[in-house]
Amino acid sequence: MATCCGKQSKAPANSGGTKRVALVGNPNVGKSVLFNALTGAYVTVSNYPGTSVEVSRGNAVIEGGQWQVIDTPGMYSIHTITEEERVAREILLHEAPDVVVHVLDARNLERMLAMTIQLVEAELPVVLVVNIMDEAERMGLKIDLDLLRERLGIPVIGAATARKRGLDDIRSAIAGYRCDAGNPRRFAYSRLLEHDINELAGLMEGEYVISRRTLALLLLQQDEEITSQVAHREGEGYPVIAEKVREIAFQRRESFHLDLSLERKEIVRRMVQDVFVAPRERVTTWAERFSRLSMQPLTGIPLLCIVLYFGLYQFVGVFGAGTVVDLLEGKFFEELFNPWITGVVKAVIPWEIIQELFVGEYGIITLGIRYAVGIILPIVATFFVFFSFLEDTGYFPRLALLVDRVFKRFGMSGRAVIPMVLGFGCDTMATMVTRTLETVRERIIATVLLSLAIPCSAQIGVILALLSKAPGALAVWGVSMLLLFVVVGFLAARLLPGEPPMFYMELPPMRLPQFSNVVTKTYTRMQWYFLEILPLFILASVLLWLGKITGFFEKLVDAMTPVMAFIGLPRETAVAFIFGFFRRDYGAAGLYDLQSKGLLDARQLTVAAVTLTLFIPCVAQFLIMKKERGWKVSTAIGVFVSLVAFGSGWALNKLLLVTGLLV
Amino acid sequence: MKLSEKAEEILEALWIAEEEGGAFLDPEKISIPADDPAFTELTGHALIELRQGMVYFRPEGREEGRMTIRRHRLAERLMMDVLNIRGEAGDYKACQFEHLLNEGVDAKVCTMLNHPATCPHGKPIPPGECCAEARALGDLGVVPLTEFKSGQEGEIAYIQTEDSKKMQKLMAMGVLPGNRILLMQAFPSYIFRVGFSEFAIDTNLAREIFVRK
Repeated sequence: MATCCGKQSKAPANSGGTKRVALVGNPNVGKSVLFNALTGAYVTVSNYPGTSVEVSRGNAVIEGGQWQVIDTPGMYSIHTITEEERVAREILLHEAPDVVVHVLDARNLERMLAMTIQLVEAELPVVLVVNIMDEAERMGLKIDLDLLRERLGIPVIGAATARKRGLDDIRSAIAGYRCDAGNPRRFAYSRLLEHDINELAGLMEGEYVISRRTLALLLLQQDEEITSQVAHREGEGYPVIAEKVREIAFQRRESFHLDLSLERKEIVRRMVQDVFVAPRERVTTWAERFSRLSMQPLTGIPLLCIVLYFGLYQFVGVFGAGTVVDLLEGKFFEELFNPWITGVVKAVIPWEIIQELFVGEYGIITLGIRYAVGIILPIVATFFVFFSFLEDTGYFPRLALLVDRVFKRFGMSGRAVIPMVLGFGCDTMATMVTRTLETVRERIIATVLLSLAIPCSAQIGVILALLSKAPGALAVWGVSMLLLFVVVGFLAARLLPGEPPMFYMELPPMRLPQFSNVVTKTYTRMQWYFLEILPLFILASVLLWLGKITGFFEKLVDAMTPVMAFIGLPRETAVAFIFGFFRRDYGAAGLYDLQSKGLLDARQLTVAAVTLTLFIPCVAQFLIMKKERGWKVSTAIGVFVSLVAFGSGWALNKLLLVTGLLV
Repeated sequence: MKLSEKAEEILEALWIAEEEGGAFLDPEKISIPADDPAFTELTGHALIELRQGMVYFRPEGREEGRMTIRRHRLAERLMMDVLNIRGEAGDYKACQFEHLLNEGVDAKVCTMLNHPATCPHGKPIPPGECCAEARALGDLGVVPLTEFKSGQEGEIAYIQTEDSKKMQKLMAMGVLPGNRILLMQAFPSYIFRVGFSEFAIDTNLAREIFVRK
């Protein structure tokens, strides 16, 4: 019997050495919840497959020992296909964790055990956590964990991590893991396949973290990463192995992947016999009924409208951007805080120039903090509450399948609906999430649309406030955004080279979100947002102040005057556009000030609002774009977006002048 | 009766003209000149008649046209589904191939293709006797998931795709031959259940999953 210990670090838990435990498993089985429970740290948990795109690490004390817990992106198989899966396997291959916890969904035991088999086969130190037992029990499923433990020969624990069930058992299984204690079984394939595996494994001589048996299978599956690793380790002996792989792969060219999957399926089928008993009658829960309603166009589209109306319009728009902003910005800052702080600063600091820095027209406090806290905070906070709630219900994958057909016309799959919706909250965050899209082409299209036609919540809030007095202007703005989204998406789908995207998605069951989870999630997102934007707001205030006292600002406004004239706007609007470079919403807020001073008529206001919404993404978004897409693509997008923004501004201005709309 | 290729093409063109709601075919609209012997051949067999320069079916001719168009569209299906020749090349090859599909070969091809109802362009393939027999036996055979009605349950027969990554993705999702699959909804996306999990896929992927009732 092979042992799994040899390759793992042998430092005992209490000798000061930190041991490592990696959490692996299919997407959406509760790895992140377990991670949070073990470490007390917080990773965003959602009811949306494929959300942990990055590896999270946290420290935990488990039964007195120091452990590092590693949360990995979801993987379906040890033979990796997607980028996230590759990242997850990397950890198993290169970090040699002391314990590998495979988390799976009890309801899908049979399907997901295939990966447990692979992990055991790789001779990794596996602990199996059969999670979501509560929902399985509700469905009337019976799972005999003892029998499963016996058949697998590894520790098996039943749990419902979201309900804090089984956590202690998991802790003690991790801490008490002894490689020699368990008795991992060897799962036999058909004679033919065994023969091929043995032949290949016999040729290998290097030292590896995972078993040669697994390596042999991965070589036969033409896994590039493993192939190069084996080539590297084996050195001179490799050509013989490569030749053998070629020979076997050719013999089995018809259906190696399928044969292997079927053999594993058969192994699992025998394993779950009597372990997994499903009731004859399927129990239909209310959640399933609701799920059906949300997926059928006839009921799903009205439902979407209801969600958007109450969630976005009423909650974020009317409540967040209206009531709360009025209260914070109008009452608190304008009437109480700003006069007070101005008084304080003026009393403490004698120099007028420095006073200006803090409490002047562009002062850090009177402008920077006021915008950030008074206007942006309530809008963004309500949006994130809305988004986090919806995310946890499991509604997004259903929305994705509902819009897939429409999105395909814009060169994206339904999956892209998540970044698009998130974009209405924060385009920067949404640009980061485009990573979950399958192809580079799709990611680029999504990035372009996000930076162009999707206004973020802060912007929408300010623009709603700005244009609400002129309903016609609001309509023109809305139509312009929609039109550009459609036209640019449509053209991108046709002009960009590459394969059209494909759509597949696992639908997690619908759940009633847990209040605490929504709150924590909103909180983490807010925190991220604020760490990101507050420094920028302050920097903007400082730069604007510097620009003002040095006279550079005036020059910049002068320089932009022709551009403003080109789209029919007074020169003062340039200020808003300069603001807009720091953050788009900041710019929109600048417009708000201009309008209060009565410097813009309805036409100019509309043109300015449209141009500004389309204009260059805020600095933060541009930086993330650069990080995600590389500087070439992001510069191209930046130039494109600016041209479209001012082009559209010009066209809209002409159109409004000629037709006399909005006069 | 074995017709010339040109004669068959005229029958097809006339069939399509009728399919599109017309009552006759204007010979000027096809590439065969009105004085071509193929017209004489067809009138000779009493399959068509010419009135005021327009071509009309006679009842026997309509039946012949039906079988001709059936062979043509079966050939198209064969090119695309089995030989994987698509686009113009496929159309062109199908035009050459269809003339070989007589004397029972069409029934064999039709059975092999599992009695397809439409050609790759979405036009109906007139059913032959073999199709009627298969229907009488209630033998659905192996069909792509797109052919299932929502609520229908079956067994996954095989996955047909050239993209091996796609195939592995599907297999990882539990789409494995032998598994039971329940199609829950077919529009706007295909939603199916395998085991206790639900998945949504687009039409292109659904076409590659073959199921048996």
